[in-house]
Amino acid sequence: MIDVLLSSEPLDVTHCINLVRSPDCGGIDVFIGTVRSQTKGKQVVRLEFEAYERMAVKEMRRIARQAIEQWPVHKIAAHHRTGILQVGEVPVVIAVSAAHRDAAFDACRYIIDTLKQTVPIWKKEVFGDGEVWVAAHP
Amino acid sequence: MEITVLAFGIARDIFGGNSIQIQVDGATTGNLKAILEQQYPRLKELASYMIAVNDEYAPDNRTINISDEIAIIPPVSGG
Repeated sequence: MIDVLLSSEPLDVTHCINLVRSPDCGGIDVFIGTVRSQTKGKQVVRLEFEAYERMAVKEMRRIARQAIEQWPVHKIAAHHRTGILQVGEVPVVIAVSAAHRDAAFDACRYIIDTLKQTVPIWKKEVFGDGEVWVAAHP
Repeated sequence: MEITVLAFGIARDIFGGNSIQIQVDGATTGNLKAILEQQYPRLKELASYMIAVNDEYAPDNRTINISDEIAIIPPVSGG
């Protein structure tokens, strides 16, 4: 089971966990991304996320399918925010259930790492004195 | 033929809008990149960028058809 969501509303971590619960599973691994207050010593005012929505959902599904092919995991929830997020808010939640923890940890890490590399979602960091699209320039 | 190129993130800032119309003939994604870089030289300053055709990353030799949805994908930064 794969549940992918791209939403402009706050993400519900408990809901993500409940989506992947299963009596066959011995554990659930959850990654929760949170907005950090500083980047390289500069105070972050807020983050702005935008997505190429249809492709982002498709790409997130593809990554989750790849994880299910590579590791013996049962269910995956991958939820990502769009819009304006304040410090401490949650841009991303990945929840993975498996019979044994190694598979859940490995799959969860693969999903968040690959999401950051390939899913068409963009983050703008807004500082007190300017703003920058993260990773845009070398 | 005239195609629409969707833009996101910093590409939207470079194009000055959510999309542009651009004239290409018998083009591949590689040709399109060259045309875009000529008209919007700031694209060359990016760490990298890809072209997506119909919601999929496309190699540079992908032929572009009039009915395709084309988007420029600057370096992603989700998560």
